[in-house]
Order: sequence, then C-alpha cells, then structure tokens
Amino acid sequence: MEQHSVSQENQGKKTPPIQKKPVKQKFWKKLNFQKYLFVYVCLLLPLIFYLGIRILPTLFTFNVGFREWNLLSTEAQPFVGFDNYVTLFKDEVFIKSIVNTLIYIVLGVTGQLVFGMVVALLLHKINRFVGFFRVIYFIPYVTSIVAISWVFQWILMGNGIINDVLVKLGLPAQPFLNSPDQAIYVIIGAMIWQSIGFQMILFLAGLENIPDSLYEAADIDGASPWQKFWRVTFPLLNPTIVFSAVIGTITFIQVSFTQVVNMSMDGSGGPLNSTISVVVYIYQLAFRQFDMGLASAATVILFLFILGLTIFQMKVLTKKFDY
Amino acid sequence: MKKWYLGLLGILLLLLLAACSGDDDDGSSETDGAEGTSDEVTEGEDGEITLEYWQYSFDSKVNLMDELIQEFEEANPGIKVKQTNFPYDQYNEQVAVQVPAGRGPDVINLFYGWVPTYVDAGYLQPLPQDAFPHEEIESEFFPLVEATKMDGEYWTIPTAVRTLALFYNKDLFEEAGLDPDSPPTTWEELEEYAVKLTKADSNGRLEQSGMAWEPAQQGHQWLRDGLTRQAGGEVLSEDRKEVIWGDDPAGLEAFKYWLSFPTDLGTSEQGFYTDDVTAFVTEKAAMNVDGSFRIGTLQNDAPDLNYAVAPLPGNVEQSTNASFWTNGITAKVEGEKLDAAVKFLQFLTSDEVMERWLDEIGELPAKEAVAMQDKYVNDEIYGPFIESLPYANAHFFVDETKERELVINAANKVLMEGADPEDAFNELVESTQALYDEYWGDK
Amino acid sequence: MKIRKLLPYLLLLLGSVIMLFPFVWMVSTSLKAPIDIFSLDIIPSNPTLDNYLKILEESLFLRWFINSLIVAVITTISVLFFDTLVGYIIAKFRFIGRTFIFFLILSTLMVPTEMLIIPWFMMSSELGWTDTYWAILFPGLMTGFGVFLMRQFMEQIPDDLLNAARIDGMNEFAIFFKIAVPQVWPAISALGIFTFLSNWNAFLWPLIAIESPELRTLPVGLSFFSSGEAESQWHLIMTGATISVVPIILVFILLQRHIIKGITLTGMK
Repeated sequence: MEQHSVSQENQGKKTPPIQKKPVKQKFWKKLNFQKYLFVYVCLLLPLIFYLGIRILPTLFTFNVGFREWNLLSTEAQPFVGFDNYVTLFKDEVFIKSIVNTLIYIVLGVTGQLVFGMVVALLLHKINRFVGFFRVIYFIPYVTSIVAISWVFQWILMGNGIINDVLVKLGLPAQPFLNSPDQAIYVIIGAMIWQSIGFQMILFLAGLENIPDSLYEAADIDGASPWQKFWRVTFPLLNPTIVFSAVIGTITFIQVSFTQVVNMSMDGSGGPLNSTISVVVYIYQLAFRQFDMGLASAATVILFLFILGLTIFQMKVLTKKFDY
Repeated sequence: MKKWYLGLLGILLLLLLAACSGDDDDGSSETDGAEGTSDEVTEGEDGEITLEYWQYSFDSKVNLMDELIQEFEEANPGIKVKQTNFPYDQYNEQVAVQVPAGRGPDVINLFYGWVPTYVDAGYLQPLPQDAFPHEEIESEFFPLVEATKMDGEYWTIPTAVRTLALFYNKDLFEEAGLDPDSPPTTWEELEEYAVKLTKADSNGRLEQSGMAWEPAQQGHQWLRDGLTRQAGGEVLSEDRKEVIWGDDPAGLEAFKYWLSFPTDLGTSEQGFYTDDVTAFVTEKAAMNVDGSFRIGTLQNDAPDLNYAVAPLPGNVEQSTNASFWTNGITAKVEGEKLDAAVKFLQFLTSDEVMERWLDEIGELPAKEAVAMQDKYVNDEIYGPFIESLPYANAHFFVDETKERELVINAANKVLMEGADPEDAFNELVESTQALYDEYWGDK
Repeated sequence: MKIRKLLPYLLLLLGSVIMLFPFVWMVSTSLKAPIDIFSLDIIPSNPTLDNYLKILEESLFLRWFINSLIVAVITTISVLFFDTLVGYIIAKFRFIGRTFIFFLILSTLMVPTEMLIIPWFMMSSELGWTDTYWAILFPGLMTGFGVFLMRQFMEQIPDDLLNAARIDGMNEFAIFFKIAVPQVWPAISALGIFTFLSNWNAFLWPLIAIESPELRTLPVGLSFFSSGEAESQWHLIMTGATISVVPIILVFILLQRHIIKGITLTGMK
C-alpha cells in the first residue's frame, strides 16, 4: 500500500492519508518536487537520443513506405499511396517470408527459452564444475556467426559428419540445408544453439533472486521436486520468462538476418526461398533491388507484426503487470 | 544534495565533447572527401582536383591501382585520386547509402551486370563521345563491352575482361586413367570424364565429384552464355527486349544437359564441400567451370595443386561466358573534374595498363589487339581463356541478382521438388521475361 | 540417490559436446593449411600458425582490435549508465507519460537496424561525423533492450526500501546508485555482456560508417578476407574469428563468478 501512496503524491494530487503533521507534509512536498526533477532531468537526454536516433528515422521509413524511391536515383520520390503495400501482399515471396518469420519466432524463441532454462536449472542443481559448464555453454554465444555458419554447413553437407553418423546407424542420409523442407529447421537449430548461453545467464540471474527459504518451506510441506518447480521456481521466474520471450522475439528479427544470410545455401534465404525471413527480404529489396519504397513498406508491416506479437506475449505471459 | 545535477551535467558535457571531437577528427584526418558534396572538394587550395575512385576490395586489384594512381598523379599534376574499397558482398549497399547523402565516388568500378540498374536510376553519365568515340571503342575493344551500351551511349569502359573455362585437376585425371593433356572438348566427353572422375561410397554418397556444380557461383553463367549458345540457342533477342531462350529447342537441351550432372550422371552435388571453389582447391572436385580471376586464388591458397585449364567443351557451337568490371563516371561530375575523370579513364584503358592488369591480376585485356598478342595466346594458363575471347558472350542483365536467383530456383525445383525440367525451364523463361518487361516498361 | 546426483552432470556433459564441437572445429580449422581444411582430424595433422601470422602481418589486425575495444567499451559504459537509469525511473516512478515513454523506447527495437542505416548515414554525413569513431558509436549509446531489461528487474525492488532511504534524507541520485543498482547487479552484468558483444560483433553499420582502413573494427576488417568474387578464405576467417573470440572468453572466465552471482539479495522477498 505504501507504494501507492507514494505514486499518488507523485501525481501531485492529494496528501497521502498516512501523513498528518504539516511538517511531514512539507517534507514530502519537497521530496515530491525533487523526484519530479530527478525523473525529467534524467529522461531528458535519453529522450532526445531516442527521438533523434531511433524514432525520427523510423518515421522517415514509414513516410518512404508511401513513396516510390529508387535508392540510386536523386530524383523526386513521388507519393504513391498504398501501392507498395498492395504490391507486397501480392508478392508470394513476401508472404512466405512472413510465414517463415513466424516459424522462426515460435520455434526459435520457445526452443531457446526451454533449453536456456533447463541448462540454468541443471547448473543450479550441481555444486562442482559450475563455472566450467557456464563457460562452455556461454562460448557459442560469443562466437562469430559467420565463422560458425561455415562449420555448420560443413558438418551438415551430404557427406558430412552428421550424415556419416546417420548412415552408420542405418538411417538414410539427409539433405539438411539443401532441402526446402529441412533447411529452416536446421537454421533454427543453429540459432537456438547460439542463444542458449545468453538465456542461461538471464535465467541464472533470475534463479539467484529466488530465496532459499521458499524451497525450505516447500520441503517442510513435503513438496516433490516437480511441485517445487511449478509452485516456486516457475512463478518466481515469471519476470525472467516474460522478458526472455519478448526480447527473444524482438532480437530474432535481427538474428534471423545474420544467420539466414550466412547459413542458407545461396546466401539469401534459399533453397527456393524456404528460409527467407522478413528482414532478409527487406534487405534485398532495399540494397539489391534499390527499391526503398517497398522495403520501407515491408518494414512497417514487420513493425506492426512484432508490436502485435509483443503485446500479445505481455498479456498472455504476464500475470501481475498492468498496462 | 545537488551532486547528481553535477553528475548529469558532466555526462551531458562528455557527450557533447565526444560529438565535437568527432568533428575535429573529421577535419584533421580527412581534409578532402569527407567534407560533404564533391563539388566543394573540387575547389581545393591551389586548383587541385581530387577524384574519388571506388572499387571493390580484391587485394591484387587494390595494390595495382595504388601503383597506377601514383603514376597517374605524377603524369598529371593538379589531379589527385583517392581510392576507397569495400568488400564485394556489401559494395552495392555502400554505394546506395551514399546517394541520399549526396556523397559517393566520382569514378566507380562496377560489375557490368549491375550497370543497367545504375544507368536506369540516373547514377552514371554517358562517356563523353569526344574522348571515347564509339567507332574507336567498337573497333578496338572486344564486342562484349557492348553489354553496357544502352540508349545509344557507352556508359562504362573496362580495363580487363574475364572468360570462363574448364579447370581440371591433373592428378585426379591420372588417377582415373585419363590423359591429363587431353581435356574434354565436347559435351559427350565432358559427361564421360565427369563420370570417370566421380567416386561414391557404398551408400551412394559422393566422395569425389567429377564436376563441381554450383548454380549460385559461375553455374548460371555457364548455362546462359556457355551451354545455351553452344547448343545453338540464344537467351536474349538482338534488341534485348525478348527472352528467346525457349524459342529454340537448344535452350531446353542446354538446361537438361546442365542438370544431368547432379541428376542422371550423379557426378555432382550442390553445396559439395560447401562450394565449388573450395571443393576444387581441396581436390574433392576434379573439374570446375570457373573464371580467369580464380587463378590468383589458386596460386595463393593451393600452390601445390596440379591443375590445368582448357576452353569450355562445346557442342554444335563454341561459346563461353565473359564478364567484366568496368569503370564509369557518376552523374554529378562536371567541369574540370569531368575532364580529370576522363583523363583517368583514358589512362586506365591504355594498352600499357591492360598488360599490367593481366600480369598482376590475371584479368584479360579488353582490347583485342592487346589480348591477342602471341605471348598471351600461347601462355599455358591464360591461353585457353584468351583463345575463347573472340566467341565469348556477356549476357545483358537487367537485374543480375534476380536473374541469377531465377536460374537457381529453376534448378532447385527440379533437384529438390522433382519438377519436370521442361516445366521448370518454361517457368524460368517466363519469369525472366517478366523482369525484362518490367525494365523496358519504364522506358 | 547417487544416480540422481550424477544425472545433471551427465546431461550437462552431453550438452557440452554439442555446444563445443563447432567451436572446437573452428579453432582446429584455423590451425590448418588451406588444402587441409576438410581433413577430418580434430587435432590438425600438420598444425601451422601460418594463418595467424598472415592475419597479423598482412592486415591492420591490432589496430582493428583496439578500435573494436574502444567502440565496445564506450558504448557499454554509456548503455549501462543510461539504460539502468531509465529502466529504474520507468519501473519505480509514477509520472505523466510513463507508459507512453516505455512503449516508445520498446518500439525502437521493432524496426530492423538495416533500415535505419540510410537516415543515420545522412545524419552523420550532414554533421560531418563520417569516418570517425563517433560515427560508429552514436547509434548504440542507448538501447531499448537495456531499458526493458532493467525495468523488468528494477520492478522487483520493494518501494519500502527506496522510501526508507528518502526518509533518511538520501538524494535521488544516491538512492539510485547505492540502493537500486546493487539490487539488480546480475541484470546489469548480463546487460553489460550483451551490449559489449553486440558492439564487438557489429558489422553492417560500422562498415557503412567507416572508409579508412585504420578505423575499421574487427568484424569489418575481417570481412575483407571473405571478399572477392564469392571466394572466401575460410582458413583466414576461422583464424580471425578465433582471435576475436578468445579475449572475450578469457574475460568471461575471469569475471563469470561476479557476473552471475552478483551481490546477493538479503531478505528482500
């Protein structure tokens, strides 16, 4: 309750009920002023930054989405209304890229959350070699995507190591990156492989915050490990899970670019556009076709797509947050 | 109480300082070039003109160009040339980003296949006819430079050109009982050799590929300018408006022949040892269709590789693909600066520079008289490339990236989705035609 | 009982093999001559340091390394300071426009940076920043990611604790530094790692912003090895990637205890 009274004061409406003496009132008023000053002074520079470096360029892009603009040309950029959007929705490759992005996000984010949490829980359980394992699981996260993509291509090629193993086990060799049906899952696998380390750190930080006393209390109540996980660990990890899911989704739009460009067989979302993501397609439109209008329109669609997804995640996953 | 004000103020100051010092750095380290538009740069202190020259990053080219620039500057006092390089993969991005900011090069080195897009956008200006008369270009240069002649103007001019030829591994030839001195010369022989040079394990997995096959690399070029024309077909009509690839059965014949390597013959696999060049360098592929520009790489990365080069095996005709990096002047250059740019281009296309370009880089002279000298034609390595120059063709691209993608997709539809080659080919022709219609529709 | 205790170790060990294999292969390739890069030996049969010598001799590698370090350190410091502060304010203060500002900042993450390159370049060209460290740095000085992360963790700090400090007469800045920041130390460490790495590995913008070879960052410099017409010198790329990752792993090994453990919360929950 205490926190609510403070927030009311911040809005400068009413004197909180707890404070009665005029001296105290003066004290809170002064504090109140100080808080406001603190808030706005501290936000000034960041707001200027975000407006100048992020928001304005974004609005610029939104504007370009309604125009025809050949990036190499210095001529005027005529306003064309929703033409670019119409073109995009008629474009099979763009639709494909949206569907793929959804697959990347759903499988990729779920995958990294599950694996990241499992690794963190396992690390939390053991007493020895904790540091050793942490470093090992962290290594993929820091390794250059370009370099490691090549290693993956090599491991997965027709006569690569994985196929050697499959054949020895009596299974048929698989085309992996050479197959329009498998390539996207292989790339998702590589993305998960690379992001486990970071999710692990987030979850470890979340686990550190759960006091041992709660587990002790659960022990006294005779809870099974499984019950302890669902009743204690999982709810208390909720903020971490929400954060990881949202941030995983958002960063996936960036990650999907580098990974796809480096791992797909033709470097642009192949074979047969089966691995193309929206960001890869936007990039091709802007810097291969030099069609800034289409690329910007696609950016707006991606923006709305991610925004919707984020709000959805926050609503579904969050229990105690209020927006 | 007010400590935190001070703290914040300090940080604000720091940021400002950083911003200012940024300015200072800029001023001191890059007196020219970095200062906004190029017109300002032209007005140097004592009437000195600085030309911005851009080319993609390719070690031997960058080094030779540094030398050439030095010589050019000595011979032409008052003109300075500043070379800037960017990696091949991001070269187009780099150029494009500069345009809205009103910056960029004065003289630019572009892949010929990109030129139509650049011309279409008004990025380049035509070469002045008094300095580069059309008759002279047409009589001296190989006819393939016409690939960048549009609307009756030459927009760019190359120093050097490259052709595709057959690279083969002599050791693997001997191992397979083939004579390393008689490479395949016909389609049938190429098939036969490729089969003999292929090794597979008991599960049918490829261990050694007889013929490297990568549509995304040189494969699509081999199909268009090599195989199709060798079969007696043609991809484009004279006026460059119609895709006549499918009009003659030769087009489909070439497409099917091309696809027979990874399918019926089983000699090839896409992505085998990641790509064709790597497979050839590491002796996992016995033959590869590649360009003269690869010779430098092979010398550096695999000095012990025992390989030779032969002209592409032909069918009813002989043909190969030619391509080139070519120099153009950007649209905004004018006045004295234009004169300087023209001088620089004339220097870059002089006979002497062409010879040095071959010696240092391995690209072939773009002028017939320079290329066809005995010392080059008889060269063991360069001979086969030069030999094929007179019948080489450089396909006119309206959109290099997309046209390549269409060929790759057509191949993958057959290889991965089991589509009928004829359907895939017809779709390829149709979708390529759509690109051309779009391009010409704007005119 | 014993098996139950060993099981986590076994699972982690199994996972380690999967996590490490590609990395080990990368390092191993960096020690091979070009002709050997496809040999199946994990320990190269003819190990050579040629690739390392080549990279160190034929490029401005050391200079690029320092450039990357400068860029990554400055952005990390800036991000840690501003993002933590903004996250704290959004989480712990009620003021007009709070939710709006939060969503505004969060929304900056939803536009691919590839599309912001053109406005950024126009801006830095207009202001004369191109080809300077500042040009590489400026877009990354604050991140929506960090604000979001810090807000999530700051929310868990009880208000009583902050108010108690206020009653004790601490000023807001001291409260932030002395009370709030220590509570979320693990999150700050995570943000530090994330920011440092994303700047250390940043490629496209630094490439566009810089023309002079001396100012290239490590990933930009190394990309020149894979350039040429689709001809990639994989042995050199592996070598460059190995050199650029080793210092980070070393730092992580040294700091990991502090990074994850942080300062333990005492009786907060």
